[in-house]
Amino acid sequence: MSASFERGYNVLKEMIDAPIASYLSSCVRCGMCASACLFFTETGNPKYTPIHKIEPLRKVWRREYTLIGKLASWLGLAKPLTNEDLANWQELLYDSCTLCGRCSMVCPVGNDIAYMVRKSREGMAISGHAPAGVVAATQRTIEIGSPMGVRLPAVKVQIKHLEQETGLEVPLDKEGAEYMVLLSSMEIINFPEYLSAIARIFHQAGKSWTICSEAFEATNSGIQIGVGDLAREILMRIVDGAEKLKVRTVISPECGHAFTALRWDGPNLIGRPYAFKVQHILEVLDELRIAGKLKTEGFEEARLTYHDPCQIARRGGVVEQPRNLLKMVAKDFVEMSDAGAMNWCCGGGGGVSANTDADEIRLKAFKRKKAQLDELGPVTLVTACANCRIVMEEGLEQYQMDVPVVGLTETIAAHLALSPQITPPLPNPLPLAGEGTIALSPSGRELAGEQPGEREKP
Amino acid sequence: MSDMALLIWARGTGFQLALGIFLLGMVLRAFEIFSLGRKPDLSEARESTPGSGWRTVWSRSIPHASTWQRTPATIVLGYVFHLGFFITLALFIPHIQIARSTLGISWPGLPTPLVDATALISIVALIGVIVHRLRDPVRRFLSVFEDYFTVALTLLPLLTGYLAFHHQLLPYTLMLAVHILSVELLLVFMPFTKLAHFATLFAARWYSGDLAAHKGVAS
Ligand code: SF4
Ligand code: SF4
Repeated sequence: MSASFERGYNVLKEMIDAPIASYLSSCVRCGMCASACLFFTETGNPKYTPIHKIEPLRKVWRREYTLIGKLASWLGLAKPLTNEDLANWQELLYDSCTLCGRCSMVCPVGNDIAYMVRKSREGMAISGHAPAGVVAATQRTIEIGSPMGVRLPAVKVQIKHLEQETGLEVPLDKEGAEYMVLLSSMEIINFPEYLSAIARIFHQAGKSWTICSEAFEATNSGIQIGVGDLAREILMRIVDGAEKLKVRTVISPECGHAFTALRWDGPNLIGRPYAFKVQHILEVLDELRIAGKLKTEGFEEARLTYHDPCQIARRGGVVEQPRNLLKMVAKDFVEMSDAGAMNWCCGGGGGVSANTDADEIRLKAFKRKKAQLDELGPVTLVTACANCRIVMEEGLEQYQMDVPVVGLTETIAAHLALSPQITPPLPNPLPLAGEGTIALSPSGRELAGEQPGEREKP
Repeated sequence: MSDMALLIWARGTGFQLALGIFLLGMVLRAFEIFSLGRKPDLSEARESTPGSGWRTVWSRSIPHASTWQRTPATIVLGYVFHLGFFITLALFIPHIQIARSTLGISWPGLPTPLVDATALISIVALIGVIVHRLRDPVRRFLSVFEDYFTVALTLLPLLTGYLAFHHQLLPYTLMLAVHILSVELLLVFMPFTKLAHFATLFAARWYSGDLAAHKGVAS
């Protein structure tokens, strides 16, 4: 038994708590979870059945925590977990699971399978069975501060550009601000329109906000890969930054897994509650709307639909807010089938988009989203997660679908009722289906150093 | 041993043994689960939530519309055999009479011909479960020996009871003894196989519902 396998085994053992024991005791192998998982529905391969993905964890549970399992292994009737098992399960626990949690919604005995996948990954990562792409992203986050290697100067360039464009100040390290805004690397590199939208929205609402120069990046690939220590280190930067600046609320950006990491996993990782509140940007915007501080004018011509990012809707509880917000600017809003808590994943969450081993299956899984969109006809796809957005853009391109994808925050910002202080130009309205995807602002391309038509992946 | 002697043993010592193993096994099972505990969740709970642990315990009995479309056979077969099994177990008048004579409690039953038909439907549904397991790719892939073994354990009491009631196959006394023994076999294996889900699923659903309620999400 190699040392790393032993460590992995022990971590799996430690991960098993009463909820997991109740889940594993209850599974009747009915296979209904398979029908909820896009990796099964789009491939038809039974090995992608969600409960099968956590087989290593189940083996450990049976052997370590049940009398029957102990007896069976003592009599030599049950095969123990091996390092080879873990190697074989890498594909199932990382490449073909986005932690979307859809399976957890349908299991008749109530098993939260996504919870068990997340826990299984802890043992996988420790024993050296995490995919290289996600490991590298985590390494970059630890060393540089961002999974895509974005450093502070790049953010500063974007801020300068934005200040010139809008005439608004982007406050850096302002103590006592109400909101501390976080970004995902994806937004810094590919979607600079997000920060510009934030600046204009807060200006209109008259709210104080800031960006922390020591913690501007929200993506936590430590969680995706399943290494608690690294996740904690990445998170601590944000906690320290927010507590040093004494902000009231930290805003998680348009990124699903960042929200889960910050909002739900965070306090448990650091072992104490925060001294600040965490909200997703959509929650903040909807609060501003209710308080009458978010005023828009005009409507989108395009027919809009909304893709619920899994970690924001199903696993995050932000379902109504995006609809309330979209109704402010959409004349023609249509829901996809299964929208809301049962929405289908884009196929690239939970570290899958950062994992090149998963490229092929991710594009296959995208056929589910494609089918949902095909039902609607010509439409513009709005979402609130930069990762979903890039994954869907790739999928749409692969299947040659003409569906523009835009972020919700910037869509709202494009319709802000003008206050006299804001100097135009404001961004153009959203493109209609048939006019191609929304153009990146020049600043975004310069920052990313990319060629038109090409975007970076984390 | 005469048929009568077997019946008497099955009703007396056999039943007490089986019940004892069942109860001890379930206590052990509960201990195996709850002794593991869980860490308190330090993240701030949402104030408004569409659910709770208790709500999910019940709401999970109703499949989502899209699940219906994708796995109708599993749902229908599962529902029919579970309901049929419980109706036969709890609403068959001779069963209620046993409860009255041993525990001193009773409740109204269903007309015997109705229970008879229900038992038959459950038998057919359970055979359907086996066929579905063998034929459907996902279920065949997931299935292990225990899955077929537990269906057989569940099927036996229904089948033997049905045959005894209709005086088929074996002399009545012997068939009745076999029927009672099959129930005892089921009781003995229940805590140690996936059949334990009849109780543990309440814990599983509650935990899932509680995790979801904390986040203010549907479950
Ligand atoms: S749906 Fe639930 S009970 Fe059925 S196989 Fe999946 S985890 Fe097991
Ligand atoms: S969490 Fe999502 S991707 Fe992972 S197994 Fe469940 S349904 Fe499939």
